[in-house]
Amino acid sequence: MAEEQSASKKPAVIRIKLEWCKGCEICVAFCPKKVLVMEGGKAKVENPGDCIKCMLCELRCPDFAITVE
Amino acid sequence: MSNDHSGRIRMMQGNEACAEGALVAGCRFFAGYPITPSTEVAEHLSVKFPKIGGRFIQMEDEIAAMGAIIGASLTGMKSLTATSGPGFSLKQENIGYACMAEVPCVIINVMRGGPSTGMPTLPAQMDVQQARWGTHGDHGIIVLSASSAQESYEQTIRAFNLAEKYMTPVILLLDEIVGHTTEKVIIPDESKIEIVNRRKPAEKPKDYLPYRETEDCIPTLAPFGTGYRYNVTGLCHNETGFPTNDNKIIGKLVHRLVKKIVMHADDIIEVKKTMLDDAEIGIFAYGSVSRSARSAVLKCREMGIKAGLLEPKVLWPFPKKEVLAMARKVKAIIVPELNMGQMAREVELASRCAVPVHKLGRVDGNPIDPREIVDMIKGVV
Amino acid sequence: MFNYLEYIREKNFPHIWCAGCGDGIVLKAILRAIEKSGISLDETVMVSGIGCSSRTPGYVDMNTLHTTHGRAIPFATGVKHGNPKLNVIVITGDGDATAIGGNHLIHAARRNIDITVLLYNNYIYGMTGGQCSPTTPTGSRAATAPFGNIEPPFNTSGLAIAAGASFVARADVYNVANCEKMIAMALAKKGFSLVEILTPCPTAFGRRNKMASPVKLMEWLRDNAVPAAKWKKMTEEERRGRMETGVLMDVDKPEYTAEYEKLVTSLRTGK
Ligand code: SF4
Ligand code: SF4
Ligand code: SF4
Repeated sequence: MAEEQSASKKPAVIRIKLEWCKGCEICVAFCPKKVLVMEGGKAKVENPGDCIKCMLCELRCPDFAITVE
Repeated sequence: MSNDHSGRIRMMQGNEACAEGALVAGCRFFAGYPITPSTEVAEHLSVKFPKIGGRFIQMEDEIAAMGAIIGASLTGMKSLTATSGPGFSLKQENIGYACMAEVPCVIINVMRGGPSTGMPTLPAQMDVQQARWGTHGDHGIIVLSASSAQESYEQTIRAFNLAEKYMTPVILLLDEIVGHTTEKVIIPDESKIEIVNRRKPAEKPKDYLPYRETEDCIPTLAPFGTGYRYNVTGLCHNETGFPTNDNKIIGKLVHRLVKKIVMHADDIIEVKKTMLDDAEIGIFAYGSVSRSARSAVLKCREMGIKAGLLEPKVLWPFPKKEVLAMARKVKAIIVPELNMGQMAREVELASRCAVPVHKLGRVDGNPIDPREIVDMIKGVV
Repeated sequence: MFNYLEYIREKNFPHIWCAGCGDGIVLKAILRAIEKSGISLDETVMVSGIGCSSRTPGYVDMNTLHTTHGRAIPFATGVKHGNPKLNVIVITGDGDATAIGGNHLIHAARRNIDITVLLYNNYIYGMTGGQCSPTTPTGSRAATAPFGNIEPPFNTSGLAIAAGASFVARADVYNVANCEKMIAMALAKKGFSLVEILTPCPTAFGRRNKMASPVKLMEWLRDNAVPAAKWKKMTEEERRGRMETGVLMDVDKPEYTAEYEKLVTSLRTGK
């Protein structure tokens, strides 16, 4: 478990595949930490430092466009 | 399959003979729904299949039965369903699916009178055009006919062979008389029966294209579960099996589906000729009616009238060449059939107005008596 | 991060579903559930009917069969009975499975054949432009119910339970973790299993029913799809218009292909 804890302390790497993002806003609306915003009709990472890696954005993105590592 | 009845003579109904033919052809999956007058095919296989590990299932309706045999065929099983008029109508959408996705399967239709519920226990040949054009959209199809229990047996085997060879649904038409008449069937030694199995892919899964363009226009579909993970759809698709909106590819696909049958017509078409060489009157007849026609030919000959018979064993693709050859030799053609002239129309077209074509149609549930044919011939002469 | 790329046919992406359509969320839950259950892609067949959800098989790297409208279950029955070793998953929608294919649904459940039906319920015919379906709520608007639907909807899960399904669950795409869990349980079940998955159709349903944005529909699911534990504590009044999620039925009973195999064995050995 120690390993996992140290892993989760690493800052999150959030990637958005713009070619696949359809701009539905689901990831933005339900991010508990307001990490994401909309810009030009696509999702954008605004405050990566606040990410708690809850993975909800990745799980709920219908377009396989957002990943959190 | 054991050889216990090789070379034997057995008394069988046409329907039972279909079931026996299916067993020999390697069919191991049947899905159906009860309907007169074809139910005996299902009943017979419900007894036979579980004993040899074949799979029988009675589905909730005709549509489901047709869907199930396509699903089973995609696992590599030779699959069969049997039905009659109303059920045949219900199956049409999925027959079209099998044409489009090129899934081999056999559909036996023991024809009864229509339209609608019509005459469940009386014979007819009213589905011969539906067999060709029943499903929507342009497509090629193979339709066989049987006129006796013996032919029911042989044609069922041939239906499977053609389905597997050309990756297509094949329809076998019987009429109620053929389905329900018990008569002698000579069952040849199994080693003498030709059995065709569908091609297997030669390439590795990563190079595999289910609908690859080939010279013979025939696709190679690997059975599900063998490592070839591909897509099957009723939508217009490309060589990979995935849907496409590319007009060029769509056009090619539909052309190929039709061409696949047309280009192999000589291999598929089969006719039987009786005393046609010197005939002045040609009869074109199929199914139970061809038996009346044969005896009409003999009666005519006794009377000094030179009659002859052309019996198509394959109704579709239509034997155009054979009909034209007959039309060029005879003075008139008679087409007796248990409908209002469905095949007579094709005969007229194929004979290119070389001779008059006389229809002898019956739609009241009675068979056609040889005397009726003789009378018409006498009238024509 | 879950590596979806191992399970999808990447060249067919981006998929055809509209922005915010829940179908993509379900697809991802399915892929995670498949990974969890450890079934082999070579030995899995995904069968679908016609409709937006039925386009799912085109995106997954398995044996895939996109059939005719309403008929996925009979095709799947043929696949499973033809080769019982295969895992068979049916993807269908509310119109596909409860209207045109309703007969097949109840009979497959009755037969208890080992297939997993994932029924995406978005309350509408999406692909044809928003006509009402057997699950459109009374009063909701649809292209063919412009003044509001006057018919009562099906309780789809209830229908499957009544017909004899051995596993029935309801899930929704807001509560994604539960959705994945229900699918995994259904895959593991030997027998007919069905998961009714509530999923938003912003284009054809939301727009007509004052929930045009995908976010609005997700909020509606958040507020109205209620996990079983919470549901149990709710009053009749609170339950009105809401749906219980979680496992609704889980029993063990004889499975069709296994029963058939038993018949074959007994006829062959005389036992
Ligand atoms: S993982 Fe959670 S916190 Fe991080 S961006 Fe996604 S939703 Fe927000
Ligand atoms: S959920 Fe996915 S598709 Fe929707 S805005 Fe976010 S990244 Fe884009
Ligand atoms: S119409 Fe509705 S169900 Fe269909 S893809 Fe669009 S949002 Fe999804």
